[in-house]
Amino acid sequence: MDSEEVAETPPTTAHPEGTPAHPGIPGQPDRFTAVQESAEFGELRRAHRSFAFPLTVAFIGWYLLYVLLSNYAGDFMGTTVAGHVNVALVLGLAQFVTTFLIAWWYARHAAARIDPKAEALKARMEAAE
Amino acid sequence: MTGAPTAAPLLAAASGAGEHRTLIITLFSVFVAITLGITVWAGRQTKGADDFYAGGRSFTGFQNGLAISGDYMSAASFLGIAGAIALFGYDGFLYSIGFLVAWLVALLLVAEPLRNSGRFTMADVLAHRLRQRPVRTAAGTSTIVVSIFYLLAQMVGAGALVALLLGASGEGSRRWIIALVGLVMVLYVTIGGMKGTTWVQIVKAVLLIAGTLLITILVLNKFDWNLSQLLGAAADKSGKGKAFLEPGLQYGKDGTSKLNFISLGIALVLGTAGLPHILIRFYTVPTAKAARKSVNWAIGIIGAFYLMTIALGFGAAALVGSKTIIASNESGNTAAPLLAEEVGGGAGSTGGAILLAVISAVAFATILAVVAGLTLASSASFAHDLWANVIRKGRTSEKEELLTAKIAAVVIGGISIALGIFAHRLNAAALVALAFAVAASANLPTILYSLFWKRFTTRGALWSIYGGLVSSVTLVIFSPVVSGNEKALFPGMSFDWFPLGNPGLVSIPLGFLLGWLGSLLSREAADPKKYAELEVRSLTGYGAH
Repeated sequence: MDSEEVAETPPTTAHPEGTPAHPGIPGQPDRFTAVQESAEFGELRRAHRSFAFPLTVAFIGWYLLYVLLSNYAGDFMGTTVAGHVNVALVLGLAQFVTTFLIAWWYARHAAARIDPKAEALKARMEAAE
Repeated sequence: MTGAPTAAPLLAAASGAGEHRTLIITLFSVFVAITLGITVWAGRQTKGADDFYAGGRSFTGFQNGLAISGDYMSAASFLGIAGAIALFGYDGFLYSIGFLVAWLVALLLVAEPLRNSGRFTMADVLAHRLRQRPVRTAAGTSTIVVSIFYLLAQMVGAGALVALLLGASGEGSRRWIIALVGLVMVLYVTIGGMKGTTWVQIVKAVLLIAGTLLITILVLNKFDWNLSQLLGAAADKSGKGKAFLEPGLQYGKDGTSKLNFISLGIALVLGTAGLPHILIRFYTVPTAKAARKSVNWAIGIIGAFYLMTIALGFGAAALVGSKTIIASNESGNTAAPLLAEEVGGGAGSTGGAILLAVISAVAFATILAVVAGLTLASSASFAHDLWANVIRKGRTSEKEELLTAKIAAVVIGGISIALGIFAHRLNAAALVALAFAVAASANLPTILYSLFWKRFTTRGALWSIYGGLVSSVTLVIFSPVVSGNEKALFPGMSFDWFPLGNPGLVSIPLGFLLGWLGSLLSREAADPKKYAELEVRSLTGYGAH
């Protein structure tokens, strides 16, 4: 099961088309492909990607916005909110808050939508061994 | 700006410290003794490669969350950020924000698939679907380069501390103590392996959080628990007024320094998920779920710590003042211990000396733990990727591989000692940001493409890793960090044609671009079966080690 086993294929036959994807399971070269193309796996992939990808774009965008505002909107960032607390500090602290919230939200989403699907697929593959 | 010109104020700043040197040495010795004890205990339980590289994969999510925090909150965070805020006000705070937000990349995209599909190193994941010898060579090389940049930052922090504690006369002692730090870290790694190193991180994380919390409470207490009052006092004492609390003091001078700020910002947020010593931490827990839990704990702990850097940095600006800080270390690396002395009762007082000793010992513990983690990551990659799978082509015994890892740890320890002795004028946080830039340029694109892009090929990986690595390191060499000014590594020379102090703005997009271009221009197409295997394994956890 180790990646080491892959090392034993001679280097000259770098990518022979017909080589089984996993030498440990003879006669089942397309096992992983079959799982990958199954509807259940498609749902699992979608459960992860449709959550993680847009959220990654969103939090990186929000962070870059903060960096750009710091650079090019000095007057706005220097606006006093209360006492010596200005907009820059509030936005900085807001980055902390959104980070905590996203971490918590993802944990909840994963427990509800990703883990059950992943565990079911894993159990089925192990049963088929 | 070293040696004689600063000797007088430096001695003045360190005079209170000198009297109670014994206390610092005692506290630090206790930490080293306890952690070495743990290391020996862990070493007895370390039998095979799973134990040595991955701590037997038996840690809980919470334990690993603490250990990740211990690995991550380095001298850069504790000494560097406090110093950057104390000297440049609000601009220093960017480090805290970037270092934290970056964890979301690790959480959402990297931690779980890596845990599911890898075994000991980052390259294990790539080797699933790409030609393993060339990609292991590339990933192993970039792992070692990133780790050495990071090690350099820690050693700079150690050097600054020693100079603070021993005064200007301590140049010889500085070398000895850096050598001692190097020796202890090699002992942690070679005897205790991942298990020992993880427990060292856990102990250190608890100490660092406790120490930081204590200083934060004392600082806030001085300002009646009023953040606005603290900020006002910091702004007044800085002599810069309101501007001290606004962005732009360090990076707002001109168009170039603004670009440098963006470059730093990008490097910080994309670097974490490419840091080898952080990535291998995900292998110390049994499942992907536990890896997710450990990242969430780490986000909580690290976030709390970075919030406290506000109190540390602005507190140092308000109570110690930039003049005293610069006199002690021109990059501000000693702001936190100086603040501890101040809130303990000031230089010369018993309370001040005790707190200075406690915080300095915590800072040493911090440095020691982080350098151990880095040494482990780089020696593991050398032994597992370069030696066992490339040089010996998979024909080594486990025993030989582990012996190689231990020898590599000794060599890497030696390299970092040598670097630490030479570099001491730079800010530790800025230096770590360079390691982040290299990691984000050379490692992150390949990790993400391998996990999520079915047409990614070996050529794409090699172009991306080597392209990101060479461009980021080259740009650093020709940047103001290395030459052309008095704070540079080689202040006497000037070949600084690249104006940005952080290369991320150029090298990170380049790393991503090269990975894409290399895959498009590959003669061999990506193998869909191998990607199927990696994707299924990484999402389901089937067959995970």
